[in-house]
Amino acid sequence: MFYRQAGDFKTTYREDIHTFPLRQDRIGYYILLAFAFLVVPFIINDYWASAVLLPFLIMSIAALGLNVLTGYCGQVSLGTAGFMAVGAYSCYKLMTAFPELSIIIVVLTSGVITALVGLLFGIPSLRIKGFYLAVATLAAQFFLVWLFNKVPWFYNNSASGQISAPVRDIAGVMVTGPEAQAWAKYLFCLVLVVVLAWLTRNLTRGRIGRSWMAIRDMDIAAEIIGVNPLKTKLSAFGVSSFLIGVSGALYFSVYLGAVEVGEVFGIQKSFLVLFMIIIGGLGSIFGSFAGAAFLVLMPVLLKNIMVAGLGWPTDIAAHIEFVIVGGLIIFFLIVEPHGLAQLWRLTKEKLLLWPFPH
Amino acid sequence: MSANFLYTIEVILNGLMAGVMYSLVALGFVLIFKASGIFNYAQGVMALFAAMTLVGIQQGQVPFAHLINAAFGTKIHHFGWTVPALMAILLTLVVMILFAILVERIVLKHLVNQEPIILFMATIGLAYFMEGMGDLMWGSELKTLDIGLPSGGSLWLEEATVGWGAEGSGFYGLFIDKLDIVATGVALALVISLTLFSQYTKTGRALRAVADDHQAALSVGISLRKIWVIVWAIAGFVAMVAGIMWGAKSGVQFSLSLIALKALPVLILGGFTSIPGAIIGGLIIGVGEKLFEFSIGPMIGGATENWFAYVLALVFLIFRPQGLFGDKIIERV
Amino acid sequence: MTTTQSNSAQVSKSVISGRASAAIQPGEELLRVENVSLAFGGVKALTDISFDIKKGEVRAIIGPNGAGKSSMLNVINGFYHPQEGEVWFCGKKRRSLKPHQIAHQGIARTFQNIALFKGMSTLDNIMTGRFTHMRTNLLMQAIWRGAAEREEIENRQVAEEIIDFLEIQAIRKTPVGRLPYGLQKRVELGRALAAQPDLLLLDEPMAGMNIEEKEDMSRFILDVNDEFGTTIALIEHDMGVVMDISDRVVVLDYGKKIGDGTPTEVRSNQAVVDAYLGVAHD
Repeated sequence: MFYRQAGDFKTTYREDIHTFPLRQDRIGYYILLAFAFLVVPFIINDYWASAVLLPFLIMSIAALGLNVLTGYCGQVSLGTAGFMAVGAYSCYKLMTAFPELSIIIVVLTSGVITALVGLLFGIPSLRIKGFYLAVATLAAQFFLVWLFNKVPWFYNNSASGQISAPVRDIAGVMVTGPEAQAWAKYLFCLVLVVVLAWLTRNLTRGRIGRSWMAIRDMDIAAEIIGVNPLKTKLSAFGVSSFLIGVSGALYFSVYLGAVEVGEVFGIQKSFLVLFMIIIGGLGSIFGSFAGAAFLVLMPVLLKNIMVAGLGWPTDIAAHIEFVIVGGLIIFFLIVEPHGLAQLWRLTKEKLLLWPFPH
Repeated sequence: MSANFLYTIEVILNGLMAGVMYSLVALGFVLIFKASGIFNYAQGVMALFAAMTLVGIQQGQVPFAHLINAAFGTKIHHFGWTVPALMAILLTLVVMILFAILVERIVLKHLVNQEPIILFMATIGLAYFMEGMGDLMWGSELKTLDIGLPSGGSLWLEEATVGWGAEGSGFYGLFIDKLDIVATGVALALVISLTLFSQYTKTGRALRAVADDHQAALSVGISLRKIWVIVWAIAGFVAMVAGIMWGAKSGVQFSLSLIALKALPVLILGGFTSIPGAIIGGLIIGVGEKLFEFSIGPMIGGATENWFAYVLALVFLIFRPQGLFGDKIIERV
Repeated sequence: MTTTQSNSAQVSKSVISGRASAAIQPGEELLRVENVSLAFGGVKALTDISFDIKKGEVRAIIGPNGAGKSSMLNVINGFYHPQEGEVWFCGKKRRSLKPHQIAHQGIARTFQNIALFKGMSTLDNIMTGRFTHMRTNLLMQAIWRGAAEREEIENRQVAEEIIDFLEIQAIRKTPVGRLPYGLQKRVELGRALAAQPDLLLLDEPMAGMNIEEKEDMSRFILDVNDEFGTTIALIEHDMGVVMDISDRVVVLDYGKKIGDGTPTEVRSNQAVVDAYLGVAHD
């Protein structure tokens, strides 16, 4: 009734290729952004920041990255956490080697370094496809984690083998280290998330995004249209790894503060990100966020209900989480392979027509 | 003979034994892949689940005891009986067959004609589901699996080879776990019986027909759904055998499911469609990673077994994507 | 449906016209294959084939099943590399190129089995066809404002003109996977046209179509040829259609060329008649 596209005419192609072609969508999006920037920082507390908001924002970037590679370009990767580790360790090495460097530059440079590593591991993708490639990315996952564990240079020879983030500030406001305020960390991550999501959205709607999808849908036809498969796949690997690297850098420096690589960036984390994009929606920017939100919120919710509410032991809650996540993956692949994003689209299509059936 | 040479032999032998274990898991993968084109990531978790179920049944554990206790405040754990090993194995087999039927009914039926990569991801979901379910049913603590298999070093072999080393070299003869020898025998028996089964029985021929061409198999009256149940049941059986062997060797625990990941490079080497390939691939990976760790590992910090298999597979993929024995991939327009 | 502007229903001649072949006059040779032989292992797909395609003509390649017609197209657009023989394009001998490089030289094609990008809309498929005409780099694309957006809109205009030309406005934003077969074929033609090729290869553009759809498709092919002077090489099984729309015909059988000429000449060629009707080999 109130959600309509009637009367919302486009008179130029420029209007037609907007991110949110419908005025109502646009308004909703601005309201959401205003809420995130102007309201949340004032009501945020440490629990919400560390249990929900920070992991959500940071994992969304990782999900966005994997979605570029898997959802848009069709190359499945099981090495996400390995690349997050590259971001985290680049961040650590840059922070300790150049203490004067702004944290913003450090985080973005970590992304660039990860992109280079990603390109290296992306080269085999020209010859191998599908789950063969997935297995190849496992090599990246296990090798990288092993490397960061075994070579003391990466953790500056610290006795514990851990890396921990020094204190850094932006314009006098601390964003890393134990003293950093929840709202400052939150805003820092939020700004990065919004900017990166916007850039990714731009990439996916134009020439590059279409070449990714062409390779995903039918690589031979794409090649015959003029798409260079190696260049295209490598660009997807590069962009994807950049985002994942930034995510890893933030996960380490802003969110956890200290990291033991095998524990934080193990294969389970790779699966977690993969699940986020399956549940959220392959090939959808919105889906990356929806999936991240879902898989960050669900364990918190389960824990609150079962552990805090019913007084069950935490390990049972964890097992039930496994069952639910596994079940949901199967459910979504069967019922809605395009995930939450598609459900959202369908709901909107229905709303456009409501209250008429067709 | 120099002690170093003898140690190398021992490393190779141990690698072969570890390789047999990888092969056992890889075998289950190949079976399902051949019959349904599904790359079953859950194979390793199936082994874990089977091993847990076996221990649980053997010790008379109450399924979902922890959950029931948490929900109702009771304190039940065991029925108070133990089940003989053979009986427990049979019961576990029944559970795995039931599982195969459920997988077909609930998952596969709805995913027919989906892209292989979607099916692959579905089996990752299945793996998570089973892992959580196994932990809920039987508890997640480390369990010992004992069905009376021989274990410990083989004294006979040690005595027979102790004289090979030079005097005073500290060489006490080649060491091989008896369990590994049993595992090798079991793996051999499995491969032979599976080959016989697929060559000489009607069901076996139907399996091969389906592997060759789904449509054609359907058109001559083979029920695809029945075949899938059979294949998943056989894979469940193979998983159980693998689970028993691994469980008896290193205890039943979560890390067992990670073996599934090791089976992936094995398959890449051996090819996804070849049963002998799975065995030989397993042996190559087993020997390769032990030798690499023995010779180069100490120089670069050790624990190279974590990644050696995958990197080897990666190198292999670049130069021979179809594996050692797999069918050549021809692309057509 | 979202309303979009369409500048004109008429496609301007500048839109779908040649570029690399500008120097070549209509009627002159655009592409020539010389003594091409192609074998897969021991199987000979093509043996010593030579023929030419003149600028502005509709050239048909016909022959019974397994004659090597699709292999011939695959050689022309670089998917297969012949063991022997040469391909000359625009008066130059062609090096061994990858298919995507050949696309940039101005050769586009459609496939026997539809090879559309199933996850994308009609518009996106056609826009992907514009790939060789788009230049902005990754950074410009990411920032979008400015060069990338401008380029997108310019190319969108071309895409929209092709959509108008093929009369598929109504399915502009429909995912192609949902379209019926005939329309998918049309979208695939649109995607190839979007590249504004000098040479358009059509692999059985009318396979599996009913009479009406065939008539539509024939009209589109002739319109493309007449209005924009696009050179077309096509494989087709329907002899009626082939004889009606093509200027010259090459006939292949068992990988060998058995006939070449105008439809009338080919029709009266004894070897061709034998290949199609079968003849007692004794």
